[in-house]
Formats: sequence, C-alpha cells, structure tokens
Amino acid sequence: MQEHARTRIPANHVQPVRERWIRRSLLIATGISAGAILFIFVLLVYFCLPLVNSGGMSSVLSWQWKPFGGEFGILPMCAGSLFLSVFALGLAFPAAIGICGFATVLAPRSVARSTLVMVHFMTSIPTVIYGFASVFLLVPLVRDWFSTGTGFSFLTAGLSLSLLILPTIVLVFHARLQQIDPALRLAAEAMGLTPVRQFLHVLVPAASKGLVVAAILGFGRAIGDTLISLMLAGNAPRIPDSLFDSIRTLTAHIALVLATDSQSMSYRSVFASGLILFLLMGAVNFLIRRLDRGPGENRYENGH
Amino acid sequence: MKTATDLLLTAYAWFCAIAVFLATSLLLGFLLKRGMGVIHPRLFFGDTPWFPALLGTKPVFEGIWPALVGTLALVLVSSVMAIPLGIASGIYLSEYASARVRSMLGFAVDVLSGTPSIVMGLFGFTMILFLRKTALPQARPSLFLAAGCITLLILPYVIRTTQTALEAIPEHIRLLGPSLGLTHWHHVRHVLLPSASRGILSGAILAIGRASEDTAVIMLTGVVARAGLPASLWDKFEALPFRIYTLAAEHRSVQELDQGFGMALVLLLMTGSLFAVASFLQRSLEKRWKTT
Repeated sequence: MQEHARTRIPANHVQPVRERWIRRSLLIATGISAGAILFIFVLLVYFCLPLVNSGGMSSVLSWQWKPFGGEFGILPMCAGSLFLSVFALGLAFPAAIGICGFATVLAPRSVARSTLVMVHFMTSIPTVIYGFASVFLLVPLVRDWFSTGTGFSFLTAGLSLSLLILPTIVLVFHARLQQIDPALRLAAEAMGLTPVRQFLHVLVPAASKGLVVAAILGFGRAIGDTLISLMLAGNAPRIPDSLFDSIRTLTAHIALVLATDSQSMSYRSVFASGLILFLLMGAVNFLIRRLDRGPGENRYENGH
Repeated sequence: MKTATDLLLTAYAWFCAIAVFLATSLLLGFLLKRGMGVIHPRLFFGDTPWFPALLGTKPVFEGIWPALVGTLALVLVSSVMAIPLGIASGIYLSEYASARVRSMLGFAVDVLSGTPSIVMGLFGFTMILFLRKTALPQARPSLFLAAGCITLLILPYVIRTTQTALEAIPEHIRLLGPSLGLTHWHHVRHVLLPSASRGILSGAILAIGRASEDTAVIMLTGVVARAGLPASLWDKFEALPFRIYTLAAEHRSVQELDQGFGMALVLLLMTGSLFAVASFLQRSLEKRWKTT
C-alpha cells in the first residue's frame, strides 16, 4: 500500500505509435482484470433480482431452512458462518500474536527464521488436505474425548479453521512489525526493556493498525473458506446450541444446494448467499483500505 | 529486570510456536504415514499398463491418473490466461497508471483477491445459467469454464506480485533507462522487467500452486467424481482436490481410502515443491537488492 517515490520518465514529445499501442494494450489488460469484479457483482445481482421482485426476500431472510416445506431461510447459515469465523479467529489471533512475539523478539535468530518458514509453508498446504486430515484425525478424537455426537461439529471445524487462518494473521502482522523503524526498537533496548516488554509496550502499539488489519484479513479468510466447514461441520442448517452441534456455513450451503437440490427457490437462496458473501468481503476490503489510509499511518515506519 | 509477566508471556509465546509446530507436523506425519505405502505406479494407473495409460490409449479405471491429468490441464489452461494478463496488469499498475488510477484499480484487484473461491465458482455457475438463457442453450459446465473461474481466482496474485516486484526495484536502476534515452516501453522491457523477473516468476508459481489446490471453484463449474481423461476443453473432468474431497465423505473400501491418502500426498508434494521453488526465487531476489 505504500507509495514509492519514483523516477518518472518525462513525457516524450515524439511518442512513437508503438509506445501508444503498448500502453493501450496494457490498459486493456488491466481493465479486464479490474472489470472482472464488476462483472461478477452484476451477474450475482441479476440473479438475485427475481427474489426481490417476487417478494421472496422475506422467505430467504428467515430462520427456517426446510426446502420441502417451502421454507428457504438462510439466516441460520449466516449465523453459522459468523459464529464459526469468530470462534476460529478467537483461537488463531492470540496464538498468532504469540508466534509473532516469538519470532520477533524471543526466539534465537535461526529458530525464528525456521518458524517463519514453517508458517509460510502452512499457507501452501491445500485446504482440502487440512480438511481430509482432520476428518480422519480430529473427528475421531472429538468424538471419543467428548463422547457426544458424530464428531462432525462446530468445534472440529473451528479448530481446523483456526489452523488454516493462522498463517494469514501471522504473516500480515509480522510484515507490519518488520516495517517499524529499527531505531524504535534500539531505543527500547537502550532503556533496558526486556524483550517481552519491548514487544508488548513498543512494537505492538507501533504496529497496532497492522494488528487490526491482520485480524480482519484472518476473519475474511475464515468467512470465505468452504472446504473446512463443508467437510467437518456436519452441515445441519440450524443455530448451534453447543460446541458439539453440527452447523452449516454460507459457503457450504452454496456448495451443498448446487450439488443436490434443483428447486428454483433453493437456487435463489444460493444467489442471495453468494451476494451476501461478496458484499461482506467487499466491506472487509473497504475497511482495510480505510484503515491504511487513515491519519497517523506510517508514524513509526521506516521512511522510504 | 524479569518479572512474572515476562516469564509468563515468554512461556506463552514458546507454547504457541511449539503447539502450531506440533499441529502441523502431526498433520504432515499422519499423511506421510498413511500415504507413503500407497505411492506406487498402481496408485496412478491401477491395473492398466503404464505406457498405454500415459498415452491415453487405454482408459484407467482404478488409478488417479485421470484426476492428475485433469488438474494439470486445469492449471495449464488457467495459467495461460492468468499469467500474461496478470503481468500486463501489474506492469500497467506499477509503471503507467497515475496514482489515482492505481488506487482505484488496485481496490478492484483487492476485492477480486478477497472474493471467496466458492463465490467465484458460483459466478461460473450463473454464467452457464445466463448463457443458456441467452446465446448458448447448450452451454454446460466444462474444463474451460472451470479454468476461466480459476483464472479470476489467481489473477490478483500475479498482478500483486508483479507490481510489488517492480516497485521494489531500487531508484538507481530506475535511472538507467531515462539516462540512456530509452523510450518508456524499452525502459520497462529491457531494464525493469529483467530486474523484476524472479519476483514475477515466483508470483506466477504461487498462482499455479493456488490453481492446483482449489476445490470450491471447480466443484461448481464442471468437476465430477468419474470422468476419465478430459476429451476436450468443453468436457467434464476429474481433479485431484475434488477426488480427495469426495473420498473423505464416501469411500466404499479401505483401498479407496488408501487411495485418498495417496492422492493427498501427491497433491501436497505438488504444491509443496511449487512453494519451495517460489520461496527460493523470492529469497534470492531479496538478497540481490540487499547487496547492490
């Protein structure tokens, strides 16, 4: 997000035709890339329109999902997505801060380095593999330890999801910590602060915005994930009463309905779910942008 | 002076790091233990002799070969679309666009990269519905549609890494082109792009990894559990991640489950090695700018 001071070539008075064509085709490529998002939005809205016109909106925005009883409420799925993501974030966020502290101030250099390599590597593990391993590793554990239900539950999905979003949070926050001016750290060191206090009272406050951005990005990653909840959460469309209940998320709902149902109202509920997810992620991005633009940004960051 | 808080928080940080390390190695160890024994030509080709299977003259019924080919085809088609488009957009955003345009288009790219993959899949699905209603009544989910949606998914990665790699080029190198009187494009083509090539390449590789692992997009746009080798771009196809997903839910025998573990391991090896190459490239790039 940072603007770099850069040398611009002064506008060439004799701009050859070739230059202009290259510039134009690059612009077209960029236009296609950026226009794609608009196209997705328009198409989703187009397919949601019948819902608004036919008054099906109230039917979709209700708490009951009984496709054979004519009820197509997706609010339980919204709640499911929200609860699950908050739960996963609640687990992953403190752990991510711990790991960032570990890698920034506490661990010996080589250990810190290998920790970061490991976290980087975790991002490359396919989601479906997290899900697959959890089905055969975590599900039996949850079933046996708590001896309730099938093991396909809120808790199982939440645990796996927290492992999935952890690298995102760690990497984003760690990158922000790296941008802090080293002089600040030196000053803290010179004042005799212990590593833990340097981290807690100097580094974290200096990168506080990064903390929020990391949390929001982690949350977005959790909301947007499909495979973990689809494979592990049991997919019962209702509000969970306990950690061991089965839930269904919006993302899993889309996948399930399109794979099985063929009623037009079910389809429409899916378009509505898609639009909700899309708008939610748009809002997340907008929020991050506002945060990064806000006053006081780069106060302690290394100037370029 | 160390206090109880210091000790407590130090212990906490160590605990977090060790716990995540253990969780990850447990996951990998479990996959290795269950999957290692299955990695064998039989896993890929079943009872079909390997050479005709490779050539595609004899169908493979038991093995994962069709799924592997499906994934490779998907990756190939989507990379061919996404990588040139992404690099061109990255170049434009970094070298040509004004600050205002950069910020606006940059926001669009951010939203695109934040769009959940299932929404991308839903987009492909609605696309088919739309085409059926309008121009193409015979439109149906296919390899090409899936590749198109995957393209949208990986495009932001390529754009962002290209842009970052170009923006990281130090000022003194940026002066080279103008000082030689090069035109803007020659400056970009012969000075900036070669300097940023490793960063751009690593971005492209990461995008390939992302394309090969995604499941949510393809499950709405044309992947099926059993299709054999994809005959054309307009055909349904099999893919590794989708097979892994279906096997987790509905394996009929121990052999099938073992196959699932084998596939998981193959997919992990694929994404893992792509990741290793990409991070090696990135690291060598960082070193290069630090020493100059």
